Amino acid sequence: MPEIFRLTLRAPEIAANARPGQFVMIQTSPGYDPLLRRPLSIHQTIGKDQVQLLYKVVGKGTCLLAAMTPGQKLNLTGPLGHGFELAGRKAVCLVGGGMGIAPLYFLAREILRTTSPPQCVVLLGARTATELGPLPRDFMDIGSRQTYLATDDGSLGHYGFVAELLPQHLGPDLPWTVFACGPHPMMKAVASQCRKQGWECQVSLEAIMACGIGACLGCAIPRAELSGPYLHVCKDGPVFKAEEVAWL
Amino acid sequence: MIEADLRVTIGSLVLKNPVLTASGTFGYGKEFAPYVNLHYLGGVVVKGISLAPRRGNPPPRIVETAAGMLNAIGLENVGLDRFISEKMPYLREIGTRVIVNILGDSLEEYQTLGQQLSEVEGISALEVNISCPNVKKGGVAFGTDPAMAEAVTRAVCAHSTLPVIVKLSPNVTDIAQIARAVEAGGAQAVSLINTLLGMAIDVKSRRPKLANIVGGLSGPAIKPIALRMVWQVAQAVKIPVIGIGGITTTEDALEFLLAGATAIEVGTANFVNPRASQEIVEGLGRYLTDNRLSGISEVIGGLILP
Repeated sequence: MPEIFRLTLRAPEIAANARPGQFVMIQTSPGYDPLLRRPLSIHQTIGKDQVQLLYKVVGKGTCLLAAMTPGQKLNLTGPLGHGFELAGRKAVCLVGGGMGIAPLYFLAREILRTTSPPQCVVLLGARTATELGPLPRDFMDIGSRQTYLATDDGSLGHYGFVAELLPQHLGPDLPWTVFACGPHPMMKAVASQCRKQGWECQVSLEAIMACGIGACLGCAIPRAELSGPYLHVCKDGPVFKAEEVAWL
Repeated sequence: MIEADLRVTIGSLVLKNPVLTASGTFGYGKEFAPYVNLHYLGGVVVKGISLAPRRGNPPPRIVETAAGMLNAIGLENVGLDRFISEKMPYLREIGTRVIVNILGDSLEEYQTLGQQLSEVEGISALEVNISCPNVKKGGVAFGTDPAMAEAVTRAVCAHSTLPVIVKLSPNVTDIAQIARAVEAGGAQAVSLINTLLGMAIDVKSRRPKLANIVGGLSGPAIKPIALRMVWQVAQAVKIPVIGIGGITTTEDALEFLLAGATAIEVGTANFVNPRASQEIVEGLGRYLTDNRLSGISEVIGGLILP
């Protein structure tokens, strides 16, 4: 039984406006169980009118999504939040862990389709090879020549965490910008290395949220200084500068 | 064909229709402008305002439950000054009633809020959240004691020129008794219910799912309880009752109106479907037309008992 799915939707207004790092709130059931929409980052847009999401079945909502059949209608709102800032970066590194890879593919496509793309390194990690599935091939197919892999169980690529790949693949002489999305410990490790090296680091964060539009205030996260008003993942993010947030 | 008359009167306040948005579920209005024609609504009740800004509780703040959700936001808000300078200019232009929800931890704070907001142009009424703890009385919530509920109502009414709606907590033994107390204190209306205190535990980690341990339950799960309380309170007081609690569809709204509510507030449904409030306004209009009723007043309190 596969547990990772891609869902392609015809949603012209979202496709036309989506930027890498933005997300949608998707209704998984027309009834009251589950009640709330699920926030999912945009994996890519296809043509002028399609949006693709990548998700792992983790509970009732994603299980219902996985049971959808072609032609069915879904209710979703988006694109929401602020995406990655990539204009003018000379050397970029995308670090994705597990389902955190979803928005990075959209970002990689945006970066690599420019006429003179910056130096681009892609580091992908997962618990095991099957969790990466077709993703490494997808990145290579869009021209990501420097794609390196890591798995927690050593079944593919580096035997260990993806954040451990940074020092060996990012040369010291370039002004790197690192885009990271994945489990909290992974992003924390990436943010810490970037701080030490003086590299810019943008992270895409996840939080439990009810509305996705800044009304419920559920998705609060503490600022780096641990005081002042909380940041809200849906409106202030989901992409933040790593130094803005507290890495607890 | 005559257009259905959805107008209702709450004390001295006339609403173009009985559909309001519940405090804390609709931001300061602007968040929903991409989804809702705000001027279609009977009014917008904004996120609760305290005198000073409040940071709110640490995360996790929300957890989904069966047909509902628990929240422990902790009344995070921008505070009175920023509300007036940053939020009111937009709210003045939305073309419907603006009702400001206020909260405090002392009688003085409620008084000051009532007084200062009365001087602000563009506000139609105040909704007083009395579910907050009274710090001078050992943290007992104002809304759980009839005498304190009456006192806080009296304090706001005495210092404000705006109509005062008091929002009642359901976490009491006899909500009708509290309703009568705030009526005696001078409230022009009551709104109910606020969230029901609840809890959820992660069995793997054995920890509460909310950092605050407990939180307020809202959503369709609480609707039957809310409806029962609205029905009880509507019989206990002469002032208008505003029904709140899990209202998600037109039919839900109609149930509350039949039980005796003069207006309703849409809350958690705004998160699930950002267009819910406007859809309910449209649904009520269609209901009147389809049933050849001339006005919504023919529905209010129309419950037929066995």
